[in-house]
Amino acid sequence: MSGPSRASAPDAILLRTSINGDAVQVAIEPHHTLLEVLRYQLDLIGSKQGCDKGDCGACTVQIDGKPALACLTLAVHAQGREITTVEGLGDAHGGCHPLQDAFDRHDAAQCGFCTPGILMSAEALLRKCKRPVSVDEAREALAGNLCRCTGYTKILDAVVDASESMHGGSEGAK
Amino acid sequence: MSDTNEMPTHETGGQVGGVHRKVDAMERMRGITRYTDDLKLPRMLHAKIKRCPHPHAKIVSIDASAALAMPGVHAVITGKDLPTPYGIIPWTPDETALCLEKALHVGDGVACVAADDEDTAIEALDKIEVTYEVLEPLFDPEEALEARDNPINPFSRKGNLSKKVLLEFGDVDAVLEQSDVVVEGDYFFEGTTHAAIEPHCALAHVEPGGVLTVWSATQVSHYLHRELSKVLELPANRIRVIQPPLGGAFGGKSEPFDLEFCVAKLALLTGRPVKLLYTREEVFYSHRGRHPMKMKYRTGFTKDGKITGVDAKTILDGGAYSSFGLVTTYYSGQLLCAPYGFDAYRFHSRRAYTNKPACGPKRGHGSVQPRFALECQLDKAAEQLGLDPIDMRLHNDIGDDAVTVNEFRVGSNGFSECLRRVRASSGWNAKRKELPYGRGLGVAGSTYISGTNYPIYPNEMPQAAVQITLDRSGRARVFSGANDIGQGSNTMLAVIAGNELGLPLEDIRVLSADTDLCPVDLGAYSSRITLMVGNACLEAAQKLRRAVCEAVGKRWEVPRKRVTLADGQAIDREDPQRNVPLAEAFQWAESDNGLMSATGSYNTPKDRHGEYRGGTIGASPAYSFTAHVAEVEVDAMTGIVDVKTIWVAHDCGRALSRKIVEGQMEGSAYMGFAEAIMEQHIVDPGHNGVHPGPSLLDYRIPTFLDTPELQALIVESPDAQGPYGAKEAGEGPLHPSIPAIANAIYDAVGVRMDSLPFTPPRVLAALQARAEQERAGTLKPHKPAREMA
Repeated sequence: MSGPSRASAPDAILLRTSINGDAVQVAIEPHHTLLEVLRYQLDLIGSKQGCDKGDCGACTVQIDGKPALACLTLAVHAQGREITTVEGLGDAHGGCHPLQDAFDRHDAAQCGFCTPGILMSAEALLRKCKRPVSVDEAREALAGNLCRCTGYTKILDAVVDASESMHGGSEGAK
Repeated sequence: MSDTNEMPTHETGGQVGGVHRKVDAMERMRGITRYTDDLKLPRMLHAKIKRCPHPHAKIVSIDASAALAMPGVHAVITGKDLPTPYGIIPWTPDETALCLEKALHVGDGVACVAADDEDTAIEALDKIEVTYEVLEPLFDPEEALEARDNPINPFSRKGNLSKKVLLEFGDVDAVLEQSDVVVEGDYFFEGTTHAAIEPHCALAHVEPGGVLTVWSATQVSHYLHRELSKVLELPANRIRVIQPPLGGAFGGKSEPFDLEFCVAKLALLTGRPVKLLYTREEVFYSHRGRHPMKMKYRTGFTKDGKITGVDAKTILDGGAYSSFGLVTTYYSGQLLCAPYGFDAYRFHSRRAYTNKPACGPKRGHGSVQPRFALECQLDKAAEQLGLDPIDMRLHNDIGDDAVTVNEFRVGSNGFSECLRRVRASSGWNAKRKELPYGRGLGVAGSTYISGTNYPIYPNEMPQAAVQITLDRSGRARVFSGANDIGQGSNTMLAVIAGNELGLPLEDIRVLSADTDLCPVDLGAYSSRITLMVGNACLEAAQKLRRAVCEAVGKRWEVPRKRVTLADGQAIDREDPQRNVPLAEAFQWAESDNGLMSATGSYNTPKDRHGEYRGGTIGASPAYSFTAHVAEVEVDAMTGIVDVKTIWVAHDCGRALSRKIVEGQMEGSAYMGFAEAIMEQHIVDPGHNGVHPGPSLLDYRIPTFLDTPELQALIVESPDAQGPYGAKEAGEGPLHPSIPAIANAIYDAVGVRMDSLPFTPPRVLAALQARAEQERAGTLKPHKPAREMA
């Protein structure tokens, strides 16, 4: 789905939510997904649509801190919740999250289309673990995100590296 | 500017061979890069295509009146609005933007609607009444070739034969007759598709001055530009094509698609911007993926394992349209004559039209399938002759500065080094003897082209051109028509320009793939960009470097050659304390010469192939080489093949940017692994030719958990034809994945997997067949199982 909605339609719902820390109010159509509202009404284009049916993970955002597929989430579900998208990922880190920096150093993004979703899944893992993570932990956490370019190797390198730079050393990763 | 032949200056700016942050990666990771579907224009309309539900049908009538009467619907077009046939290969224009008289596969487009929003467009599709006369479909390529009186494609001139190539070099029959061993094998390669995560998308708008601008997720802006001009009957100078950042392609976006013509036509008709984004299902039906190939091989060997001759017979299942099929048919044979030297070769390839989505180029175009067959043949011969498969391949290496049996000239060749690297890293020698039943190692090798010697349409103009402009703030702008599809070509150009001009990458702005701003480039296909566009960029950058050094030398009253550009400065080589920031050096040069801008052009050497008909197809300025070792574990109870590790050694000539090269090697090995183990792009004849699972769930591609350990080993055998010696790295490393895994399965459990993919039912069936032979006493047990503890 690529189009903005007929937002003036009579059955529009007023969505009140928080996106990347900003209070947002927007009239939405009840059948539209969170991904459609983010991308086409709010112009938050960082969350990508690869399949529109929950198969690829490119649209992964966080709802109340947990990774969620925005293409399978009706926008009304965001009512009163806190949404974080890739655009807000670096907010607490001076604009660039250590994961983004590690992905950049490791050339972990080729086309970069799956990257926003992978970053949102990876950030949730790192925040949950609060310690350096192992390659296998990263694999498990990212299993719902498809990448077609990299063969995953450099992404795993970057996630482990970022977890070490955030939480020091490699101890605890074994 | 006299000394244009001076040696590459590796030491100049220190960029070449390093590790780089890509010039455009951080913006992608911050989610602010605008891919095609991220573009939005005022008053933009949304388009959707109505697609045929039948595999083969005559279109009797189309009634769009009810759709047009809907509020919010602005226009509907059908095949009659865009009747000019086109095709990426100029000799085979056999498709139209929307079907004219017939639909040739499920998913063929018949009409396109533009509406205020996508919901309305989708509703309108249902209101378009299409009356079909359903025709008998042909799904099997051999049956289609037989059905001469029932041509599928209305533009076909030879029934359902899309292309036939028969080439023979040397006396194959005599050579095979005299060989000590002749291995015969039948192989089948199931089709696979690209599955880039970004679906195809296009946006068109007629600018106020009347120029039609088309933004498209394409990897061939220039060819799209040409075909738009032809089909829309607009002069090319009234059309601008822009490729926004691209979300993966792998060959799946390397020709024009219906959506580009449709949005352009609808924008012209409505006067408003029109965008169309494929659904994932539409991506699967648009396809243009790897051809299914049925291959019959006879390969002769001497007792000591030297290949004597190869006889190949191949049927390609082309689907409904030609796409690149003429080239694919040649490639199915032409790209097989290295890395091994042999004296006689015959290939006979026929491509058939069938009522399926059209096949085209996928990473490793045309040669991944026959490479699978040939490398399995070699493994069978090695076993029969009692030779180590790596030794046997080393023994057959054609070497450097060689001429292949089909008369291609090979320059640098690091194949033997690739074999030695995978042998050492995998622990081949010890491990292969020790691994118990169920575990195994397999090897395979390959070669690939670094661009094709000739462009798709014959012309004598450069195949690549780059323009570089310096600005007074000490930066460079690189203008290139090349399509960065995620492979990092923008960064490659920045590395070359930065190396020559002494600039850090952040001071280089690469503007690419915009037909109004950039010189023509032919696109991201056949692994041509690093060699061709890289050479053009190097030439332009060297011209500027010399002019800047000249201007600095003049002011320092030293010869130009004493001045070097590095680390953002012009430096006196003999007195490094004397230096000046590049911004100032550029200003001196601009004062002396006017605006500092230079162009570089590249054209291929024309003396690197034979003179026979077809001898130019598959010829390249330089060839890359690859070897893989795969380690597998096969569960004999379930037939599940677990690929543990793939060691991939690739001779890329020279790695201009090491992590980017590794990424290409890892991504290639992953993609080949996926094709070996799980992927198959098929339609179901039992269900009217529909795709059994056109989604990223049902068409399984490997996740983080499925993908084996990938060990990338860069081999550098610099080639005189490449910039700083560089050759390709994006497609070659895929080729050996599949046969290395097949050969490893044999090593593990003693069954030959000659049909793809190696799914559990197929592996189990092969294991059962072997078990029966073992019970009957015609085969000995393959190898001992691990001792029980």
